[in-house]
Amino acid sequence: MKKTNIIIGIVIFAVLVTVPFWSAILSPANGAAPEVSFDTPVINQLSGDNYKCVEDVEWMRAHHMDLLNDWKVQVVRDGNRVYISEDGTEYLASLQNTCFECHSNYEDFCLKCHTYSNVNPTCWECHVEPTVVGGAK
Amino acid sequence: MIEKALVKRTTKSYWAWIVFLLALIAVGFAAYIYQMTNGFAVTGMSRDISWGMYIGHLTFFVGVAAGGVMIVLPYYLHDVHEYGRITVVGEFLAIPAIIMALLFVVVDIGSPMKLFNVYLYYTPHSMLCWDATVLPIYLLLNLIVGYSVLQAENKGVKYGKVIRGLAIFSIPFAFSIHIVTAWLYAGLPSRHYFLTAMLPAKFLAGAFATGPSLIILICFALNKLTGFDAGKKAIDRLATTIAYAYTATIFMVVCEFFTAFYSNVPSHKAALQYLYAGLHGHNQFVPLMMLFVVLAVVTLLIMIPRQTRTNYKILGFGCATAFLSMYIEKGLTFVIGGLSESPFGEIVDYHVTLPEVLIIVGIFAIGILLASILFKLVVVVKKDMDVNAFPQEDRAGLAARYLAEYNAANGIVEEPKAAVEEAAEETKAE
Amino acid sequence: MEMNRRKFLKLGTAAVAGLGAAAAVANPAVAAAVNGSYKEAPGKRSNVTWGMVIDMNQMDEATLSKCIEVCHKYHNVPNIDTKKDEVKWIWPETFEHLFLDEVHEKMGEKYKGKTFMTICNHCEEPVCVRVCPTKATFKNAQGVVGMDMHRCIGCRNCMAACPYGARSFNFKNPRDYLDEINPTYPTRMKGVVEKCNFCSERLAVGELPLCVEAAGGAIVFGDINDPNSAVSKKIAENFTLQRRTNLGTKPKVYYIV
Repeated sequence: MKKTNIIIGIVIFAVLVTVPFWSAILSPANGAAPEVSFDTPVINQLSGDNYKCVEDVEWMRAHHMDLLNDWKVQVVRDGNRVYISEDGTEYLASLQNTCFECHSNYEDFCLKCHTYSNVNPTCWECHVEPTVVGGAK
Repeated sequence: MIEKALVKRTTKSYWAWIVFLLALIAVGFAAYIYQMTNGFAVTGMSRDISWGMYIGHLTFFVGVAAGGVMIVLPYYLHDVHEYGRITVVGEFLAIPAIIMALLFVVVDIGSPMKLFNVYLYYTPHSMLCWDATVLPIYLLLNLIVGYSVLQAENKGVKYGKVIRGLAIFSIPFAFSIHIVTAWLYAGLPSRHYFLTAMLPAKFLAGAFATGPSLIILICFALNKLTGFDAGKKAIDRLATTIAYAYTATIFMVVCEFFTAFYSNVPSHKAALQYLYAGLHGHNQFVPLMMLFVVLAVVTLLIMIPRQTRTNYKILGFGCATAFLSMYIEKGLTFVIGGLSESPFGEIVDYHVTLPEVLIIVGIFAIGILLASILFKLVVVVKKDMDVNAFPQEDRAGLAARYLAEYNAANGIVEEPKAAVEEAAEETKAE
Repeated sequence: MEMNRRKFLKLGTAAVAGLGAAAAVANPAVAAAVNGSYKEAPGKRSNVTWGMVIDMNQMDEATLSKCIEVCHKYHNVPNIDTKKDEVKWIWPETFEHLFLDEVHEKMGEKYKGKTFMTICNHCEEPVCVRVCPTKATFKNAQGVVGMDMHRCIGCRNCMAACPYGARSFNFKNPRDYLDEINPTYPTRMKGVVEKCNFCSERLAVGELPLCVEAAGGAIVFGDINDPNSAVSKKIAENFTLQRRTNLGTKPKVYYIV
């Protein structure tokens, strides 16, 4: 086999292997971190000690998927529907009935960050995001 | 070694065949995308017949894969030397067969992106989990053993002890893949066509007729296409295996009829009535089952008498009827027949759809593509190493090869391959 | 060191495996613990087993329609009208379809044609749970046979296994067949199996299943382990039928004919 052929082969291989990297770089979503919005009717009503998420905001930002994963197992399989957060507050462990209560702005909250991080969670194939309420099709 | 399948002794017709198969695979893949975007509503499956053509084909091809053990077992456990030349055919047949079986599972899964939940939440009380366990193991064993045996042959040495151990280890797995597949059905209450202790035995017997039939057909085809000779003793012995296994299978089919109709229990009779005679005005499978009956009788008439079984022209036909009849009985009608009577006592029909057929054709093409590459590899290796396997090639063929090898070794410009083959062709014609 | 192909492959495999292991150890996000806790579910440790008696003397077709509509609307069950692809949690069936083994040829049309409410039996020995390869369908502590939609791969083994035809597969995208979506309950996606869940989301907060509420006395629901419960008394005092008891599935839905 000729040397040039080998080099061409290696180049093609390298390009294919790095698809995730350069496709992310070239993607239009790439850029500055998005500003997620907390401007929803329910969040605007919260103040003082009540102005908080289920857990610490920084932790939620990094681990909300872990919390939701845990909730889905606890609720569906074990029937444990009430979650007690680290500060002792009780929450109904439900994406639709608890999270979306405050975060009723799917497009400006969930979607923005998921698009930026190039993740595609399937939650919304079943869990009804607030914008869908009131009629499908 | 694998490069031998692609570059050595390839002809234009070989590449045309590969391209044709790739085109079929592309069509099948498009149909699969269509099925996944529009949902399973585009298949013939329904709320009542929840498993259809895909799972039927899975069952059949697990049988084909298991059938190869009828060569592997005698060769490794009973030192049946005449199989030496074709054990690798048995092992390599199992590879595309299992891959096809696994693909038939994948296309049948409603949420394939969650497929690996089967391993993530492993559930030993589910027979499907056991299927998902033994099938990949058997695939891996056949890949390792088949490839190593062939590579040893390629290098002109005998395969190692470890490989022999793995080959023997693969024998119980060959049985287990089909037993587990039978238990997938045989443990379902209220599905009386499935609910029979006879099922694993019937499946295995059918597989031990189907697999060897296909192996004989492949050997005949390789002989026609490349001059590969499996050896008369090996073919005769395999044909005897088919005779016994096929007779046993038909005996068990008859047993099912006896139990259902002598006991006269309606739910036992329902599926058999529906398939073979029609029930409550539903008779879509009757012509197919009549074809099965005719093919079964023809197969028995050919395989049982020694005179017909040892006549290769008739044997080839008998192997084809054996294979086709089992494909009808196990692949096309078994699953749908068993589910045809709904839990509410109604007979439900099954209408195969175009996307379903295209997906099945695509998977067949994948299997045949793999088989073509693997058997090409087998033939090339054997052609290079085992002169006796190709008696047709001697004199002119060998002379041409020695000439070519000498030329290559001494830097003389190589003769075009086509010319070498033409020369061989001419000798054959004489 | 002299490098041949064999050595190269060995070294390469070892290097890749080592890198993978190092990456797994170095990445703390792989196993992030959730630090909160869960409130013990009511009735979890108690010996409750939910069961249901459907009194067919009171269950007329209007009541049944009401049960079906309320249940399907609440649980976002799509309204697909082809028999092949339909999804249903509660539905009507005639006596001879429901009680295959109890029918005889001379049985009067009055009984044969009678419409019965059909629902998952929440078997004590559920075949669907036995065959499910991922435990997506499971029996919970109160004997309710539930579905974990997150886990269902859509293999449809449970449908072939269920002797009661209680299971539906989403052959189509269910959201295309919903006129209205209940925002407090999820829909399903195409490619998963679903069925009645005995309203476990309501039982968890101490409410009765919706059909029981809608039926206004035609369905009695409760703990069949407790001999003094209304449901146990109803079973003890009346002649009740169960579907296909000869299969050993031990259904928990009883019918007063």
